[in-house]
Amino acid sequence: MNYGIVVAGASLGGLHALRTLLQGLPKDFPLPVAIVQHRGKDSGEPLSTYLQSCSALEIVEAEDKDKIVSGRVYVAPADYHLLIEDGWFSLSTEPQVRYSRPSIDILFESAAYAYGKKAIGVLLTGANQDGAAGLKKIKERGGLTIAQDPVTAECGVMPGSAIAARAVDRVLPLERISGFLREKATRAIPQGEKI
Amino acid sequence: MDKEHACDTVEKIEIQLFLEGVFRLYGYDFRDYASASMRRRILQLMEIEKVSTVSELQSMVLHHEKWMERLLMAVSVNVTAMFRDPPFYTSFREKVLPLLASLPLIRIWHVGCSTGEEVYSMAILLKEAGLYDKAKIYATDINEVVLNKAKNGIYPLSLMKEYTDNYIMAKCGGVFSQYYTADDKNAVFNEGMRKKIIWAQHNLVTDSSFNEFDVILCRNVMIYFNKSLQNKVHELLYGSLKANGILGLGTAETLRFTVFENRYKELDRKMKLFQKVM
Ligand SMILES: C[S@@+](CC[C@H](N)C(=O)[O-])C[C@H]1O[C@@H](n2cnc3c(N)ncnc32)[C@H](O)[C@@H]1O
Repeated sequence: MNYGIVVAGASLGGLHALRTLLQGLPKDFPLPVAIVQHRGKDSGEPLSTYLQSCSALEIVEAEDKDKIVSGRVYVAPADYHLLIEDGWFSLSTEPQVRYSRPSIDILFESAAYAYGKKAIGVLLTGANQDGAAGLKKIKERGGLTIAQDPVTAECGVMPGSAIAARAVDRVLPLERISGFLREKATRAIPQGEKI
Repeated sequence: MDKEHACDTVEKIEIQLFLEGVFRLYGYDFRDYASASMRRRILQLMEIEKVSTVSELQSMVLHHEKWMERLLMAVSVNVTAMFRDPPFYTSFREKVLPLLASLPLIRIWHVGCSTGEEVYSMAILLKEAGLYDKAKIYATDINEVVLNKAKNGIYPLSLMKEYTDNYIMAKCGGVFSQYYTADDKNAVFNEGMRKKIIWAQHNLVTDSSFNEFDVILCRNVMIYFNKSLQNKVHELLYGSLKANGILGLGTAETLRFTVFENRYKELDRKMKLFQKVM
């Protein structure tokens, strides 16, 4: 399978989980990664700065109409929804969805629509139900869906509700998610071409 | 073609035809709005109205004008707040107001002003800097319903806590409650704060420039447009700015993908304040 993008969502406990996830992705990770982490409106230091210190990939706060580039990690800016268009991002200030802006569901749904079966969705720790509906959309359109094993999550409610909604293909402990992504993201390249 | 794919294709065609029809009949041009959020809002309206295809919605909107009003409310995202992004206003006071202070008359255009919170925030900023009396503020939006709310300057009291916090975070010097009178439900902005503001319906996509301005704020409006429409609108804004005029965008917006990138210099990179240079 030839995947085109990884979209990830996290809420309560997500800062730690995202660091673990990003630590495991190498410098030559071949897909773009887009992330929604629930947080307050003005969390001072940008999330990208905080995550950059543990990642080999370039991490940026997504700006409106940013081109989606492989090997780059995009974080939804505080107080904006992040949507995926055809090869670029757009932002929106529409009302909060499930008390959140950015909303994981909005990111996931737009990824499902734009990338279809080339989308990989990852839902991590959190105390609410954001992300389950979006992950289901990704699955319905043939994409690959992963939830953090609720037992390994700081708060298992969010991945748990996606699992209950039958939106999840693979349930994995946090430590194994990046390895699984590495494997999936490179599988498309035939053996001979690997350097 | 697999099933999902076929549905997507039909839906895409339907949306295009729908927006084309709306444009031809009513003159509202949403054809170059960013498609992911446009699709989302059309589907949302369909869900509320319990119609299952875009074609059905199209039939309703084209045959009954009252549905056009519903559509306009659904597609124009009107969420706003007073002193939204407090550091923007701090930066505006520190970096822009000094440039305006010596002008005999200060003309400001708020594009996509929605229910007016941004406009009253600016009025307060100017008042506290002693510049309000020589200001003339134009505030426009595509949507007349929100414009009427803006004109009235009446907001639910429940929002005032958040707005007061924003006002304080923007490091304003006064007392926020001095600008309105409150009854048990609403806050009504003082007549004095409203007298310099001219409200008008204006569609950024289809209407032309109507004046020259020292400052244009167009925040969180163009995020709903695709790149080619953004370029077109930037041309209008650039042409409506005086030499050395100021352009303010939303904090997640950028000039990077437009042909106007080099025609402005950055006054504040993070707060998206630009000055026209040529
Ligand atoms: C999210 S609000 C932004 C309000 C305010 N500027 C802020 O940043 O808080 C976007 C506004 O743009 C308006 N709008 C959308 N399309 C427009 C157009 N073609 N011409 C003028 N206004 C438009 C909408 O009606 C809406 O009120």
